[in-house]
Amino acid sequence: MDAFVRGFEKASEWITAVVFYSVPVADVQFPLIVGWLVVAGLFFTIWLKFMNLRGFKLAIDLVRGKYTGPDEVGEVSHFQALATAVSGTVGLGNIAGVAVAITIGGPGATFWMIICGLLGMSTKMAECMLGVKYRREHADGSVSGGPMFYLTDGMKALGLGGLGRVLAVFFAICMIGASLGGGNMFQSNQAAAQIIGVTGGAEGPLGGYSWAIGVAFAVLVGVVIIGGIKSIAKVTEKVVPFMGVLYVSSCLLVIFFNVPAIPSAIGEIFAGAFTGAGAAGGVIGALITGFQRAAFSNEAGLGSSATAHSAVKTKEPATEGYVASLEPFIDTVVVCTMTALTIVVTGAWKDPSATEVGGVVLTSRAFETVLPWFPVVLSVAVVLFAFSTMLSWSYYGMKATAYLFGDSHTAENVYKVVFCVFTAIGAAAALEPVINFSDSMIFLLGLANIIGLYCMAKVIRREILGYHARIKSGEVRRLDKASH
Amino acid sequence: MATVVIGVDDSPASRRAVEFAIERYKVESFALVLVHIINWSPFSFNTPEENEHRHARREAELEAAFEQVITPMKLLAEGAGMAPTIVVRHGNPADGLIGVSREQQADHIIVGRAGERGLREHVFGSVASRLVQHAPVPVTVVP
Repeated sequence: MDAFVRGFEKASEWITAVVFYSVPVADVQFPLIVGWLVVAGLFFTIWLKFMNLRGFKLAIDLVRGKYTGPDEVGEVSHFQALATAVSGTVGLGNIAGVAVAITIGGPGATFWMIICGLLGMSTKMAECMLGVKYRREHADGSVSGGPMFYLTDGMKALGLGGLGRVLAVFFAICMIGASLGGGNMFQSNQAAAQIIGVTGGAEGPLGGYSWAIGVAFAVLVGVVIIGGIKSIAKVTEKVVPFMGVLYVSSCLLVIFFNVPAIPSAIGEIFAGAFTGAGAAGGVIGALITGFQRAAFSNEAGLGSSATAHSAVKTKEPATEGYVASLEPFIDTVVVCTMTALTIVVTGAWKDPSATEVGGVVLTSRAFETVLPWFPVVLSVAVVLFAFSTMLSWSYYGMKATAYLFGDSHTAENVYKVVFCVFTAIGAAAALEPVINFSDSMIFLLGLANIIGLYCMAKVIRREILGYHARIKSGEVRRLDKASH
Repeated sequence: MATVVIGVDDSPASRRAVEFAIERYKVESFALVLVHIINWSPFSFNTPEENEHRHARREAELEAAFEQVITPMKLLAEGAGMAPTIVVRHGNPADGLIGVSREQQADHIIVGRAGERGLREHVFGSVASRLVQHAPVPVTVVP
């Protein structure tokens, strides 16, 4: 196991150096790839005429089924597609990632995280619309969608078939890497850290046994994805939304207990965002860490959740675009902000050892300041979030494997075994190499995906703005009132 | 001529509801609409695999509904000289029946009573009692 872990740590160092090639901006290192994602968010926000904000109510109405036609009843609903995508997205990035952002970027990182979430809504809208538009329906009635398909077919429609195919293959390879990194190792790493944390830390009965927890996770994941015990996946899928509500309520409770600290916390967030107070590297440091952790958490521009969104049954691909824009909103603007506020109001980030413990342990400490047994609630949430995120990403990785190897069963089985091995390694490796490897793979997805999005920008705009115009003109009507 | 909607599933109570309608038909003829609502909610949580195969599953559910629920009831009604209109769709059973009644401009709804008791009644409620509370037309509940 040790040799594996050391080998992984070396590989992680190398990949990180390549992906996060940084240029110095005002004394801080600015990773170009983060800029790449933010610029895309900004571009699509303007290009789609601020539909991320203007289309918000429409998105809510779509989720509530107000535009669902009678022939679509009984198919995958907008709500179901969104819920499935969100349960893959809301993971440890929302708890651990945010804690990391605040220890490095100070409270000001929160502000930039929210901005990144709002911009991400536009990118997510663009990619998920394409996911539906270019999905493939198989003979057995099942559907496959996602960046591999829109990069292949959407680019072909523009006469860029060759480039599209190259991007799709590159994307699929990175998707497999990302599913093993951020969607897997990072999750098991932080879940294991939290379990050890609540059972008494390094001196507790589980201290030093992170590898065993990793193996336990690997077995559980293996039972579902290799053993085909779907009932575990079904239960997880149903419990996770409640854990999400429980987590957000717990954060609100912690914030409520610290009401007097709220004004100064908000002050610190704004001051940090514009003056760089409390951030390593000042304003730019706060901005970069905020953007980086938000992008990792909501996955906008990476194309990952377009796979989940494309399952919806609709004649209008734009509808799922609008609905998908709610995903970064829920993930970043709501859940990440809750974590951030919790850490800032309790002052947990000011602890001198904050940088050292980092991640989920810091969030846990913030919870602990209110009620001593709260970390246990957090642990349950963490383990469930981690598990559901692992299952979702194993599905994404499987889809990428299927795309690359033409639905070969051998390839899929090899992938599943490798996935479980990485679950185990993830728990045993140190946090930093894990987080770096996760980030590298995840951000590489954005490289291929966003090139495709730019190429198909006209198609995206026609669909998104066209649908909105037809709503405004009354050509597309609400259907919920017709039958009453 | 009046229009009567009968909500059916594969229970003996549904059969009794159809038989009750047949008795009434002998007294006064009416247009019959046989409705089966497949219990389904757009607000449930599914795994990606479930979503991927949902379309095929929906087709299978519709087919099963026609074969196992509608066909026996239809034969029963046809045997009594009625020519029922058939509606099968997904949704909440009570709301679905109310929706069909509105679309068909029904004058009357007939359902059988499953007779859930105790915990099940509290947890799942009952299609019949919900209908009685919310239907726009008179409802007959056949025990």
